[in-house]
Amino acid sequence: MKSNESENPIKNEKFGSLFIRNAKKQKFLLLITIPFILYVFLFSYFPLWGWIWSFFKFKPGVALSLNDFVGLKYYYKIFGDATFWLALRNTLVLSILSLSFGTVSAIVFAVFLNELKNGIFKRFAQTISYLPHFVSWVVVATLFIGMTKTIGVPGVIYKTLLDLGLVKQDYNLMLQGNLYWIMITMIGIWKETGWAAIIYLAAMTGINSELYEAAYVDGAGRFKRIWNITLPGIKTTIIVLLILNTGWILGTGFEQKLLFGNAANFDYSEVLGSFIYRWGLGQREYSFAMAANVFQSLVGFLLVVTANFTSKKLNDTAIF
Amino acid sequence: MTKISSRVADLIFNGFLIVFFAIMIFITVYPFWNLSVISFNDPLDSIKGELYFWPRKFTTVSYTTIFNTSNLLLATTNSVLRTVIGTVANVFCSTLIAFALSRKDFVLRKFMNRFIVFTMYITAGLIPTFILYRDLQMLNHFSVYILPNLISAYNIIIIRTYMQELPASLSEAATIDGAGDSQILFRIIIPLCLPVIATVTLFIAVWQWSAWQDTNFFASSNDNLTTLQYEMKKILTSVNNFTDSQLQNLVSQGGVKATSESLQAAMTLIATLPILVIYPFLQKYFVKGVTIGAVKE
Repeated sequence: MKSNESENPIKNEKFGSLFIRNAKKQKFLLLITIPFILYVFLFSYFPLWGWIWSFFKFKPGVALSLNDFVGLKYYYKIFGDATFWLALRNTLVLSILSLSFGTVSAIVFAVFLNELKNGIFKRFAQTISYLPHFVSWVVVATLFIGMTKTIGVPGVIYKTLLDLGLVKQDYNLMLQGNLYWIMITMIGIWKETGWAAIIYLAAMTGINSELYEAAYVDGAGRFKRIWNITLPGIKTTIIVLLILNTGWILGTGFEQKLLFGNAANFDYSEVLGSFIYRWGLGQREYSFAMAANVFQSLVGFLLVVTANFTSKKLNDTAIF
Repeated sequence: MTKISSRVADLIFNGFLIVFFAIMIFITVYPFWNLSVISFNDPLDSIKGELYFWPRKFTTVSYTTIFNTSNLLLATTNSVLRTVIGTVANVFCSTLIAFALSRKDFVLRKFMNRFIVFTMYITAGLIPTFILYRDLQMLNHFSVYILPNLISAYNIIIIRTYMQELPASLSEAATIDGAGDSQILFRIIIPLCLPVIATVTLFIAVWQWSAWQDTNFFASSNDNLTTLQYEMKKILTSVNNFTDSQLQNLVSQGGVKATSESLQAAMTLIATLPILVIYPFLQKYFVKGVTIGAVKE
């Protein structure tokens, strides 16, 4: 009962019996959580064991002890594979492009929306703006591949560019390898800007309106107010989101590659995810693909942890 | 002078804003509009192009072909099934877990929080996941659409945060009256959480409806499991779309036959329609859901 016992045995005993006593009172809670502990373990933690296959000449279905241990052989292999580096390069390029342009466009969009006078038009515009976020990438790919097609039903984008004399006959934007990065980034912006702006808008509503009033009285014009009040006001949000999003940069581009990828843009569209898919589920070179898989998951994990830690240190905010 | 020029600048800027958003609305909506025009136009006539705002030769053949083609009808049915079952399952499980985690004196609270949140940091990867599903006999089986998606950490956090912000006095009063945890959950907490449950339901429903990669990786060998999104993906990525002989087999109405492109357009519309239907409801709930999820307690 006295709180000055720091001897461990006594503390532990008290903790143990307290634990059991509380547990008995919380049968319902335990009933609903324990199955899910098993579930989460099975689906999220147990597969991590698979990383070990990258150190073996892995054959699925055969007990691990019967497979040859090869150490870092497959890691040397992937780091010596030119396509692996190509995939890594493309992944990083696409990530950085989407992170930078995506963030800028979301902020600009949020600023404009914030400056728009309240009313039906504003609500309508905002509602429309996040419509593309809710449709799948399959739908988006169908739309944009359809609009740039030169055969079959000619796409409107193609026709318009053709009529304006900006492109030659049969010039399909999506079949230009060196335009892949630009096209994917722009389509991604089309799809996600409205949704991404929501968080910045929410942050903007938290800015003290007295600041705006004071600035107005001091004679500051629209742009000055935006530059000196609105943007600094959401600085924290911008930084936090940027940092957190860097955690995911190794994962980008896979879905887009599956939908937009073709022979013409392979050198630009191949990403880590598709590299792993091709070698693992396609060619069944499990160990080889696993080395890349581990690389992606492990480095991704380190990035997320670092990003989270940094964000916490800087701002006391984290998502996780 | 400063006042006048700043008023003019204001006016110009306001005018600019209106133009900007008008253009934004147009480029957001027009691709869908254009596609729906194509979907309602005579398929062979569409090849002539120049379809911008209205069908030239109106027909519903693309849509009727879908409903008369067994595997496309099956695909739509599967999409509906996985959305309904998957959403109900996930919302139910997520709410239960969120409730347990919202109880401050729950013995496993700290552990569960970390256990679940940690899964957001790290993923095993595609290949171990594939092997796991294979070993669990989930490959090419409907369960692969439902079982892996029973809970999501993100949704649990959203619901839990909402529950934690409810006044503690409510459940305290109930406890004093002798109510157990399950009664508190079902009689008090859930009725108060309907907005956040609605939000999460919409998120998951949209995800389930839009999902296609799990079909692609884990269920592509079983034609009975195909979904609308997956059929659309197949048409999108196949080099020749439907071959001529496949087109012959498609049901035609009064001499007008669908092409793979017109079918694609119609399928896309069908895939997008549910999103548009629930859109007004999304409006009401999800913005709050997003901001709750984005800021830790």
